[in-house]
Amino acid sequence: MRHTITVLVENEFGVLSRVAGLFSGRGFNIDSLSVAPTNEESISRMTIVTRGDEQILEQITKHLNKLIDVIKVIDFTDGSAIEREIALIKVTAEDADRAEVLRIVDIFRANVIDVTPKSYTIEATGSPSKIDAILELLRPLGLKELVRTGPVAIGRGPKGWKN
Amino acid sequence: MKLAGARILLECLKLEGVDTVFGYPGGTVINIYDELYSFPEIRHILPRHEQAAVHAADGFARASGKVGVAIATSGPGATNTVTGIATAYMDSIPLVVITGQVPTALIGNDAFQEVDIIGITRPCTKHNFLVKNVKELAGIVKKAFYIARTGRPGPVLIDLPKDVQVAVAEFKYPEKVDIRSYRPTVEGHSRQIEKAAAMLLAAKKPVIYVGGGVILGNAAEELRQLAETLHAPVTTTLMGLGSFPEDSPLSLGLLGMHGTYYANMAVTNCDLLVAVGARFDDRVTGKIPAFAPHAKIIHLDVDPTSIRKNVRVDLPIVGAVQDVLAKLLKILEAHRDGVEAFTSGVQPWLDEIDAWKEKHPLFYKESTQVIKPQAVIRKLRELCEPDAIIATDVGQHQMWTAQFFTFTKPRTLLTSGGLGTMGYGLPAAMGAQAAFPERQVIAICGDGGFQMNLQELATLVQSQLPVKICIMNNNYLGMVRQWQELFFDKRYSQTVLDLPIDFVKLAEAFGATGFTVKKPSEVEETIRQGLATPGPVIMEFKIAREEKVLPMVPAGASLNEMVLAS
Ligand SMILES: Cc1cc2nc3c(=O)[nH]c(=O)nc-3n(C[C@H](O)[C@H](O)[C@H](O)COP(=O)(O)OP(=O)(O)OC[C@H]3O[C@@H](n4cnc5c(N)ncnc54)[C@H](O)[C@@H]3O)c2cc1C
Ligand SMILES: Cc1ncc(C[n+]2csc(CCOP(=O)(O)OP(=O)(O)O)c2C)c(N)n1
Ligand SMILES: [Mg+2]
Repeated sequence: MRHTITVLVENEFGVLSRVAGLFSGRGFNIDSLSVAPTNEESISRMTIVTRGDEQILEQITKHLNKLIDVIKVIDFTDGSAIEREIALIKVTAEDADRAEVLRIVDIFRANVIDVTPKSYTIEATGSPSKIDAILELLRPLGLKELVRTGPVAIGRGPKGWKN
Repeated sequence: MKLAGARILLECLKLEGVDTVFGYPGGTVINIYDELYSFPEIRHILPRHEQAAVHAADGFARASGKVGVAIATSGPGATNTVTGIATAYMDSIPLVVITGQVPTALIGNDAFQEVDIIGITRPCTKHNFLVKNVKELAGIVKKAFYIARTGRPGPVLIDLPKDVQVAVAEFKYPEKVDIRSYRPTVEGHSRQIEKAAAMLLAAKKPVIYVGGGVILGNAAEELRQLAETLHAPVTTTLMGLGSFPEDSPLSLGLLGMHGTYYANMAVTNCDLLVAVGARFDDRVTGKIPAFAPHAKIIHLDVDPTSIRKNVRVDLPIVGAVQDVLAKLLKILEAHRDGVEAFTSGVQPWLDEIDAWKEKHPLFYKESTQVIKPQAVIRKLRELCEPDAIIATDVGQHQMWTAQFFTFTKPRTLLTSGGLGTMGYGLPAAMGAQAAFPERQVIAICGDGGFQMNLQELATLVQSQLPVKICIMNNNYLGMVRQWQELFFDKRYSQTVLDLPIDFVKLAEAFGATGFTVKKPSEVEETIRQGLATPGPVIMEFKIAREEKVLPMVPAGASLNEMVLAS
């Protein structure tokens, strides 16, 4: 099963390699990982998307917690978090296809951020499944290049991660 | 007062109560070595290889319960420590290893003797630190000791660039450590412990399965009380040997691959398995589905990752053994009736176990022609002091020691269980002897493993560490040869060590004393003489070359599918 895990870590030298090394050393999967500082300067926040059965997920969260620099681990089981990711997508767009691309962009509330006579570059934001869906529609038109951030996630409701 | 980094480091060690360090100098730690002159309270021992320095610090830590300290220079000095660090990591031994590093400005430049030791040791340390600013140094040393010895203990490395050793800062050693991201759970959850008591009292066929955690957590006394209160049988892992007196009628000895028939049968047939500071290693469980198939399992461990790592657990308790066992004993005290009913109910189970003990005790064929290694181990136990510390190397001799020595006290067996590091025995014994100059320290080595760190004879002699070394010489890499005999059609590829080494001359070359024996009739006299001779001694026993370690559970088989001695 797919899991989205948030890891709050000390913003220290080498933390990323500790986390990445844990996954590779123990044979856990990483589908995506994103990391950046938070509103508290000393804390960075990682969002990791991983897969595994219940027992593996239990080990992953326990091992993450065991890392000395890890402050908190939250495993967002389905539904408890809002997830967003950004994709930058370069598509071939010539002749009649140009209008089709713009229609798709419009439906998905995406933006065109770069235009040439032969291509559009699109910025799409949304849940990972929304990104999958727009890609599905654009693919037949000719995807030249794609970059995705991987999702970031935040819990629903009024509470912050500290309480 | 402003002090240079090198000086600050040593002040910190002093304040941590460090009285012995094992290290090897070099360009990037030369400042630290120079400062050593001002610290007569810190004894520096100079092993002849950095790997041995770390093993010695490890032996020091295992024997004393304190944090062991080792120092090495950057580059090759640092890489030489890696096997020692990984050995300590696998067995959860508290160490602080300090490595020199090239000056901060040169890091990443492929400078002379530069190596990314932080990157290299990340997966085999509990934590590691690169000190980038001398102002952080004291705080980092404080944290390093704290992390090494608390929770599940382990090695911590501090990488200290040369310029940081030279730079000055105001020295103040922090009084307290508070790491918001590191708060190990020590106190067990009361509800869980109550449940454990109830499960215990409901059991008819319990087994307490004890691991290194009881030794690391200094809980042998609580364990003894628990077993004796309940009349519950106790089996230990290799790392747990000594946590429970093996001469007790409740002791089942070692379990697992080379464990006793009766320990493995008891685990296979029990209805409740209480794991205490043990991590269900594959050498212990054999085939997982057949491991304790009829049992409910209680698992007590300070490290949540040990729990449900490879076996199902019915009742997990995260906490330190000492705390949890003490609470459990209190609960049982309040349940006198329950305990009484339990002890009478458990008798048929103890009878069943006694029958297994009688049917297949630990066994070897005695001989008047060739020296049986098991007989040497038994004789050694008889003749050595009751509180002697035994360090082993890795291989058959290690298993014979585990099976036949009869350990009764914690911290008297030092052995590399998790990593299985050949070359560990001699330097570990050296470290233990440095911790306890007055106690008898004996290294039991194979002829193969002894040769991996034999240079340490020099250290023993120079630092007056009177370790007694028993070499079980079978002229083979015996443990591998045993596997080749059993599973590879006796094709002894590269396991024959066919050079007759004169170990007596070797000892003498270093200024130690050597004895060698090949007749069984002379074993006793040699051990007596060897143990009575002052200073470091080698006793070489030319043993039955093709003796096997039995019983044995073949890899991947279940515990009740043992090959027994005949
Ligand atoms: C050649 C060879 C053969 C071997 N054969 C066998 C064999 O037949 N049988 C056998 O048992 N082993 C054998 N071993 C050793 C085996 O590989 C493992 O090292 C060993 O079984 C692990 O022991 P353990 O479970 O006690 O764990 P340890 O490695 O000692 O781990 C201790 C556990 O206790 C926990 N802990 C630490 N401190 C505390 C505390 N204060 N409170 C609570 N928990 C704590 C830790 O988190 C950890 O989970 C062999 C090794 C070699 C080299
Ligand atoms: C550093 C290292 N290399 C290789 C091994 C694999 N190994 C395990 S036991 C063994 C044989 C040890 O031979 P010896 O020291 O003579 O002991 P014996 O088994 O003969 O008692 C070997 C090679 C190991 N455990 N450690
Ligand atoms: Mg040998």
